[in-house]
Amino acid sequence: MGVYLASEDGFKPPSTADFNLPPVFGDNPFTTKPVFLAFFSVILISVFFILSARKAAIVPSKFQFAGESIYSFVRNDLARDVIGHEFMRFVPYLFTLFTFILTNNLFGIIPFLQFPTMSRVSFPYVLALFTFVIFHYVAIKHKGLIAYLKEIMFMPGVPKPVYILLTPIEIATYFLVRPLTLSLRLFANMFAGHLLLLVFILGGEHLLQGVIGLKLVSPFAFAFGIALTFFEFMVQCLQAYIFTLLTALYIAGALADEH
Amino acid sequence: MSLIKFNNWAAGEGANPLVPHTAELIVGFIAFSLLFLVLRSKVVPMFEKAFAARTEAIQGGMEKAERAQLEAERALTQYTTQLNEARGEAQKIREDARAQGAAIIEDLRAKAAEEAARITAAATAAIEAERQQAVTALRNEVGALATELAGKIVGEALDDQVRQSRIVDRFIADLEKSK
Repeated sequence: MGVYLASEDGFKPPSTADFNLPPVFGDNPFTTKPVFLAFFSVILISVFFILSARKAAIVPSKFQFAGESIYSFVRNDLARDVIGHEFMRFVPYLFTLFTFILTNNLFGIIPFLQFPTMSRVSFPYVLALFTFVIFHYVAIKHKGLIAYLKEIMFMPGVPKPVYILLTPIEIATYFLVRPLTLSLRLFANMFAGHLLLLVFILGGEHLLQGVIGLKLVSPFAFAFGIALTFFEFMVQCLQAYIFTLLTALYIAGALADEH
Repeated sequence: MSLIKFNNWAAGEGANPLVPHTAELIVGFIAFSLLFLVLRSKVVPMFEKAFAARTEAIQGGMEKAERAQLEAERALTQYTTQLNEARGEAQKIREDARAQGAAIIEDLRAKAAEEAARITAAATAAIEAERQQAVTALRNEVGALATELAGKIVGEALDDQVRQSRIVDRFIADLEKSK
């Protein structure tokens, strides 16, 4: 297109290659930006909540109240309301999941960090694997291995011929679809969101280098990039919530006695 | 074919974003586990402690208020009972006093009546005695006077004492009858 020709070397739209950040130190694969961000999030979350919870006062300070609000949101609105009376066992896991995903998602719009860790598919895979192992483990412990498999493969209250169709679907749901959708939903949202921001910000930057007409258009690209940043903030919070909510739902299903 | 590539940033544009990175898998696992351990041991128990303390404080306050209310109710009942008792007692005392007053009045009245009766009786007796005395005196005097008079009139002395007194008696009886 002629627009791109206005610049000297032409506009190279952002691609999946922009997510393959090279290691900071030599060839060491443990020194990439996502790795640093993941560890940074661990430090950030730990420090924030340890300081917030340290006093455990009956009348909380503003700081304690802030940490408590997030904790009680996960504890009451996610764990307790979804799982029921055995929820307390799973609160630490769900709380870690929510804060870890939320913080790493928010890194996508925090100035200077500006990279959502979860847009690297390995991290969602790991988290989905944790959830996968936990909800199967809980179900097997609660129902027994045989009863659990029987429940998955032969859902009660269904006419026998339907099993030909239902059994493969149920098996796929429990062992493939659940962990895959869990991880890919999070990954794809973060990936696409970051790509979208890149398109508008880098595009705006590129337009700024063009002829006078293009320079006038570039603020619109930046404005749209900023608007999308707010949109991204919403998506990032939502995705952290969804991942945690689905995990809680799977655990609740594992603890439920009947389908 | 190995799905997991170590250096897939080197692959540049062709790298499949769905293929995980071994290093990142390891990092994700370690970072998440670390965070889990920290939050589970340091944060969750503290928040739970705060929640429990808060619940207890609210419950304790409510129990205290309930106790105070019970105490107040008990005191009120006690005071009401005491007040009713006092009222009853006052009533009784008033009634007793009234009864006592009536008894005293009755007593005095009886005494006065008795006294009056006694005085009346004494007076009657005195009068009767005086009358009797007067009658006796009169009889003697009248007899003597009448005898003397009659003697003077008849001219004959009625010396016979027996006769004399019989005449006098008859005379007096006639006198009394004509009266």
